[in-house]
Amino acid sequence: MIALSKVSRSFQVGDQQVTALRDIDLSIAAGDYVSIMGPSGSGKSTLLNLIGLLDRPSSGIYRLDGGNVTDLDDQQQAKVRSEKIGFVFQSFHLVPRLSAAMNIELPLMLAGIPPAERKTRVTALLENYGLTDRADHRPDQLSGGQRQRVAIARATSMHPAVLLADEPTGNLDQATGKEVINLLELLVEQKVALIVVTHDPAVGGRAKRQLHMVDGKITSETGQAK
Amino acid sequence: MKYLDVAQFAATSLRGSRSRTLLMILAMSIGVASVVVLTALGEGARRYVVNQFSSLGTNLILVFPGRTETAGIGPGMLLGQIPRELSLDDAQALLRSPAIARIAPLTIGSSQISKDALNREVVVLGSTSDMLKIRHMSMGLGQFLPAGDVHSSESVCVLGAKIRRELFGNASGIGAWVRLGDRRFRVIGIMSSQGESMGFNTDEIVIVPVAAAHMLFNTSGLFRVLVEAKNRESIESAKRDAEQILTVRHNGERDVTVVTQDAVLATFDRILRALTLAVGGIAAISLAVAGVLIMNVMLIAVSQRVKEIGLLKALGAPATQIRKLFFAEAVLLSGIGSVVGLILGEIGVLVIARLYPALPVTAPWWAVLAAIATSLGTGILFSVWPARRAARLDPVTALAGR
Repeated sequence: MIALSKVSRSFQVGDQQVTALRDIDLSIAAGDYVSIMGPSGSGKSTLLNLIGLLDRPSSGIYRLDGGNVTDLDDQQQAKVRSEKIGFVFQSFHLVPRLSAAMNIELPLMLAGIPPAERKTRVTALLENYGLTDRADHRPDQLSGGQRQRVAIARATSMHPAVLLADEPTGNLDQATGKEVINLLELLVEQKVALIVVTHDPAVGGRAKRQLHMVDGKITSETGQAK
Repeated sequence: MKYLDVAQFAATSLRGSRSRTLLMILAMSIGVASVVVLTALGEGARRYVVNQFSSLGTNLILVFPGRTETAGIGPGMLLGQIPRELSLDDAQALLRSPAIARIAPLTIGSSQISKDALNREVVVLGSTSDMLKIRHMSMGLGQFLPAGDVHSSESVCVLGAKIRRELFGNASGIGAWVRLGDRRFRVIGIMSSQGESMGFNTDEIVIVPVAAAHMLFNTSGLFRVLVEAKNRESIESAKRDAEQILTVRHNGERDVTVVTQDAVLATFDRILRALTLAVGGIAAISLAVAGVLIMNVMLIAVSQRVKEIGLLKALGAPATQIRKLFFAEAVLLSGIGSVVGLILGEIGVLVIARLYPALPVTAPWWAVLAAIATSLGTGILFSVWPARRAARLDPVTALAGR
């Protein structure tokens, strides 16, 4: 489903050319559970941003669901992000002034889904993630675990094919972190391709495919590709 | 994304920072309110003057003796010459013009009025029965000067309301005799109290037939002839006719001045309208200032909400939508601002109307429209740049909050 071939990404920092990704070849199928691990600056976040269409490769080809998405314009990129990709961030990224329910509703609203359908979907998501009694709370009235559950509910509200999680447990304690990982893993069973970037070997070790990155290259892969 | 959703989302962000929103609305509404109040004042002054003029009569033409070719003192004056006087027959001759409906010759002087032991100085107006209609005056009691031969110097008079009160107290005074100078006059009517108009108080005058006034003051000339044209369209031809008739009667010499009231009124109208526009324009500057304020605050909002913008992009909002959201915020702000401003302005106008009942203050519709348009316009115009800036943010750096 995701196919990267010879993808590189370099940045201009001052008068220096910094290469974050070098000739990455990677394919990920629906329902794959992939973790990306590696030291800081190894390019894992850049890779995640590229897959999430928040960034463009400097060279190489990126195919998503069979279509070439390397050179889409802003409007098309946004449409693909809206329909196929969900994000979960380390710092949750909830809109502070909106209630939990409205945060979950946000992607649906942006996609122009009619209010009645939005309401049923949000109610179901709140129910699924055990947030029904927190629906009207603002993020600052929620615990870390609850916030990340809102973020996951939001990421899944458009039924994405790919879920990208950047250090999803980074701001959580062990117990809640585990809880969040369990929720994410449930999505894999629904044929969502889950890609987790993490420092934490305990989190990364749970994935079926574990990629290790150093200096913009995938140095090793453990586990089995489906 | 639906427009209602855009508006609602913008509203949540406005609610999210209350004090910022309130201050911006305040700035906007002060601008709008000042446009409304200032133009209402200007327009009120204009209408006041127009009303004052029309209370003097409609379709009015004034004829007075002497001709001012240029401003200042003419050589004739230095030599002690006086212009040929305007006679009663001159005035009557004006009625030959088909464009002229009625005329009222006017002689003015002051005299002592006395009744028994009471006496005071009064302005005596000599005129004819048509003056009542031409000057739009109304009777309180009795009747006005009788119609008929203008040369008959019947000894009757009509008193102003205040003169009657001073001479007769609670009595009506109709039918009583008063003395004006060395002649006795019978009181046949009392003017209704009209107060002052254009510095001329009809409550403190005595009106007598013009011929009687001539005898009283021992003159034969007229101070002025009030001419009423048949209708608005015939004012110009009435003016031409009057000039022509009098020139012929004065042996081909054009020694009278004919002025239409409209000309005087139009001048005032122009001056005051220009004044209204000027103060309205000055007030509109404050709206532009409010616009710059909106831009400044929107720019701050963009930099404060970089992460949110990054998130919206990650959730599938294209640049155009981000732009729309910030646009909607500015439009909402200036929209609410102008509504509040209109309300404030109208309250201000009401207060002024209470304080100065004589002044007919109302904001003209064009000023209200212009104020709203300017505030919405500046709001939108000054949000273009911040909105574009928000839309152009790179999602990766925005999400990182850099």
